[in-house]
Amino acid sequence: MERSLMKGNEALAEAAIRCGCKCFFGYPITPQTELSAYMAKRMEKSGGVFLQAESEIAAINMVLGAASTGVRAMTSSSSPGVSLKAEGISYMAGSDLPAVIINVQRGGPGLGSIQPAQSDYFQATKAMGHGDFHIIVYAPCSVQEMVDTVTLAFDKADEYRTPVMILADGLLGQMMEPVTFPEPKTELPDKSDWAACGHKNKREHHIINSLFLDAPLLEAKVLERFERYKAIEENETDAELYMCEGAELVITAYGASARVAKSAVTKARSEGIKAGLFRPKTLWPFPVKELAEATKDAKHILDVEMSMGQMIYDVKLATECRIPTTFFGRTGGVIPTPAEVYDEIKKLTGGAQ
Amino acid sequence: MKKITVITGHYGCGKTNFAVNQSLALAKNGEKVTIVDFDIVNPYFRTADFGELFRKNGVNLAASIYANTSLDIPAISFDIERMAYESGYLIIDVGGDDAGAIGLGRYSDALMQYKDNIDMLYVVNSYRYLTKDYSETLELMYEIEEASKMKHTGIINNSNLGKETTAQTVLRSIPYAEKIAQEAGLPLVGTAYREDLDISLQGGIPVKIYVKPVWED
Repeated sequence: MERSLMKGNEALAEAAIRCGCKCFFGYPITPQTELSAYMAKRMEKSGGVFLQAESEIAAINMVLGAASTGVRAMTSSSSPGVSLKAEGISYMAGSDLPAVIINVQRGGPGLGSIQPAQSDYFQATKAMGHGDFHIIVYAPCSVQEMVDTVTLAFDKADEYRTPVMILADGLLGQMMEPVTFPEPKTELPDKSDWAACGHKNKREHHIINSLFLDAPLLEAKVLERFERYKAIEENETDAELYMCEGAELVITAYGASARVAKSAVTKARSEGIKAGLFRPKTLWPFPVKELAEATKDAKHILDVEMSMGQMIYDVKLATECRIPTTFFGRTGGVIPTPAEVYDEIKKLTGGAQ
Repeated sequence: MKKITVITGHYGCGKTNFAVNQSLALAKNGEKVTIVDFDIVNPYFRTADFGELFRKNGVNLAASIYANTSLDIPAISFDIERMAYESGYLIIDVGGDDAGAIGLGRYSDALMQYKDNIDMLYVVNSYRYLTKDYSETLELMYEIEEASKMKHTGIINNSNLGKETTAQTVLRSIPYAEKIAQEAGLPLVGTAYREDLDISLQGGIPVKIYVKPVWED
């Protein structure tokens, strides 16, 4: 298999083009800019549309428009830009539109910093806009996994007719790793039963809309959507369990901080400390049963994030607080080191037994 | 080695790692050497990350005072003209493709005064996605020359697949590098490879890997 060296941001873009994304609308922001720049260079050559919008709000509404016609569409941004897209994402969820949104997170709140962070977990998984809705949120941790996740994200967006987010961070976006790309997709799902793709006076026109004049009608619509969410929760959770067998201390971490934690766990294991790593690949739905499996021997959980602790609430909910859970994190764009995480492991386990 | 070495290439080709190795080797031989982080594009993962290493080894680092801060602006806050005039070696690591080389163009007149004492090396990596094809690699080289208003004097083959690099990875890339050198009418100055690889190669430049992800010690 042919291997290439790619920057995370470029790989996200190339993977999207290969799985049939035909429309990219974005607005530059560090640290995701290489993604837009790559799209600017390559999208037109592959027969698609790249458009730098006048703002993030414009970009997300262009995605809404393109997705309404049934084509695969995508946008990307970094934290402050994603906040601006929130309204559009809610409208897309309310209109049952499939699309992929990429957040290459940076430090916040506000303009924050341009360095890597994971402090948009709450936003992505709990409130990516107003209203009763969820979006699927993936959290890859390597350049190869980012490629694979883009393909999955487009497929699941189409399957469940929902916006899907890939929650990356500046570290994953800026780093360089070898990857293999899948063959370009030639057959895409047929959306002609709902998309506004031209009725040619041969059928009723399709309506893409999130406004309901009648409250019970909206309620019924939301209930129907939550049936789909139930199916997503049942079928789409995914996690990596690393050295969790017999682990008395399980670290929970996703994305870049999971890479850091993995180094610390490997070191701890080599010194006889029974540590393991649970890495959710889906943040919504949160992999509850996978966490139960990972922590079956655990006496303690250490949650590691590049934030003040956001995923830790899902960890505690999933374990119903049965296992004592401690937090370690750095925030504002500061990246934790494997040595810092290792020190936390030692503190909690008292070193090798 | 000439007094001034300008190092360019597609981002991710391994310019910075190569530049760091060159500067440390000079310092080790007791030479006065300054390395310039001439990157006006990338926010982080750049030459300035190695400040501590340079300090310990007696290499002067010139970088924008805004490097690795959140002020994401294309600023140059050092004096290239003075550094070129003063004694000692000067290694200029130019990041950010042709967009990054625009900044260098500002100094081309000043640098070209030393044209017998300057090398401009184009670093290539056959495994980087958008420079896999030699013609694309050449196209970018000419774009960098146009932006910087300077001409390259040699090619450095730095083909690698990151951690997955083997001796075979390096050897397989040599025809690609030779083709680029031939098409450009420039000498292939050498092939850089990770020092622990078992390679014997004319023009081989063993290098230590300094540019690593944060989770590797």
